[in-house]
Amino acid sequence: MKRVYAVEKLCLNCKLCEVYCKTAHSKSKNVIKAYKYETPVPESRIFVEGDNTASLAFSCRHCEHPACVEACITGAMVKDPETGIVTNVKERCIGCMTCLLVCPYGAIRPGHIAYKCDLCQGETTPACVANCPNHALVYIEGGSEK
Amino acid sequence: MLEYLMPEYKVIRDKDRCIECGACARQCSNEVHKIEEDGSLSADEVKCVNCQRCVCLCPTRAISIQKYENNFRENANWTDQSMKEIFKQAATGGILLSAMGNPQPYPIYWDKMLLNASQVTNPSIDPLREPMETRTILGRKPDSVEFDENGRITTEIPPGVTIDVPIMFSAMSFGSISLNAQKSLAMAAKELNTFYNTGEGGMHQDLFPYADHSIVQVASGRFGVHKEYLERGQIIEIKIGQGAKPGIGGHLPGEKVNSEVSKTRMIPEGSDAISPAPHHDIYSIEDLRQLIYSLKEATGYKKPVAVKIAAVHNSAAIASGIVRAGADIVVMDGYRGGSGATPTRIRDNVGIPIELALAAVDQRLRDEGIRNQISLVIAGSIRNSADIVKAIALGADAVYVASAALIAMGCHMCRTCNTGKCNWGIATQRDDLVKRLNPEIMSKRVVNLIHAWDHEIQEMLGGMGINSIDSLRGNRLMLRGIGLSEKELEILGIKHAGE
Repeated sequence: MKRVYAVEKLCLNCKLCEVYCKTAHSKSKNVIKAYKYETPVPESRIFVEGDNTASLAFSCRHCEHPACVEACITGAMVKDPETGIVTNVKERCIGCMTCLLVCPYGAIRPGHIAYKCDLCQGETTPACVANCPNHALVYIEGGSEK
Repeated sequence: MLEYLMPEYKVIRDKDRCIECGACARQCSNEVHKIEEDGSLSADEVKCVNCQRCVCLCPTRAISIQKYENNFRENANWTDQSMKEIFKQAATGGILLSAMGNPQPYPIYWDKMLLNASQVTNPSIDPLREPMETRTILGRKPDSVEFDENGRITTEIPPGVTIDVPIMFSAMSFGSISLNAQKSLAMAAKELNTFYNTGEGGMHQDLFPYADHSIVQVASGRFGVHKEYLERGQIIEIKIGQGAKPGIGGHLPGEKVNSEVSKTRMIPEGSDAISPAPHHDIYSIEDLRQLIYSLKEATGYKKPVAVKIAAVHNSAAIASGIVRAGADIVVMDGYRGGSGATPTRIRDNVGIPIELALAAVDQRLRDEGIRNQISLVIAGSIRNSADIVKAIALGADAVYVASAALIAMGCHMCRTCNTGKCNWGIATQRDDLVKRLNPEIMSKRVVNLIHAWDHEIQEMLGGMGINSIDSLRGNRLMLRGIGLSEKELEILGIKHAGE
């Protein structure tokens, strides 16, 4: 399946991926409204770690055999058998954060519920990739080998 | 000491739009923007150079940079600029440094020349329907051509190079610009089938795959020059002068000489790279001839040798000497041409407009019957395709562009290359800044620009009823001056509009 891969040597630490992820997961889909006027405040599902010298954006790997899905006590975390996308169904999530503890990539973030990348649910290109100013995020098949 | 200099710019942040994401603060290498402890943003405007990086990166377009409105008492003689320069020198005691080409309001002759178009008596050509040739061959052309009975050329043709567009990328060394910027130009040159120029600083190994599209430069410091380097280039260019700083050498400060630059230039890490003002082995045309032939000898007479000079008062006579010294290409760089760092006084006061130098040189070489012995390439602020068409009509074979290519890569002409803190990753060696310039993206943008210009050149040629760039070369009847004096028209060798 296509996944979002981060290219460390191109990452600028500008964190615009976070901004656009948050916006893509807001009600209004408008940057200013999402940040300033929406409640609950939408959460970003991609996180840039590091500083200007070396930085990298982390997001869900949508694993073949996701530990988070196995560990989820309410069945909120599901992997779509067709698309392979791992999603946290917010109506079922109780925010116990078991998924966060078992995720080997640290790609889940805590909040009222667990927040994680859903690959923008069927968008051709996820918002983070589309808006990365330096093409440091790519959305491709088998990127880990490249 | 009391600071007399006020900031040049104001950073305006629209609080209604700012989402405090902090991208501006993380991107500004001049440390203008700062994230305060409470998460809000502030700006130290004194440091702002107006490079527009924060403006472009801001996801909500909350930032604008404006002129700092603070006027000294009006005086046509003691302008704000001249007073500020005195304040600066009074505070530091140093010579003033600046970057890029001459920004002073001298006449731009490109804008005072108009092109012709066909009407009725000769048909114009639609480049979308009919073939149009912008391919150019650079190098010495034989005085005459002889054929055998089968029509095959028997004359030995001197080495030449073919480019698909009459546009090349001028010399910018690794050191003055980043490796990623050089790589972008090299990739673009390959895609466009033209040339980029390594500048004086050797060729980094990452550029070896683009060697077939390289011009290698030999300048007064001879940095990075060795036999393999010369062999890798398709043209060897001897740099005598640069338009932005005629008569002045170069100085790459030691802090920019990191391990990669040091390896490529073949100098110790951290040492200043000083290119002397003259070549210490060239004090005459005869000496230049020796260097030209040493380089030809070293490369088996297989490559054209170019000589680059700044456009100065006696360019025509100098160019004639260069041709007679055995060069295959003469390059002339006008005072609008860029530089990574140059003394302000030199940049603003030395040299002449490239348009006048070009017309004078082309005419002189024609008069002496030696124009065919060289190709004439000009540089020094080609801003658009019309400038190129006018240059070729004035007699140029091809043009070099650099500033325009850098602008395509994000340069906003803040003219502070000399600080080494280029936020666009162009004129810097800082790893965190260099990586901002992704060669994959930027080479594409440069290719787009040149493709667009090539289309426009074809449109203009077609309008004139010409289907080949060769038919335009030196065709000054296609030009008319507007608002020019008799003397200017005489030098340019063109008639006034209406004549």
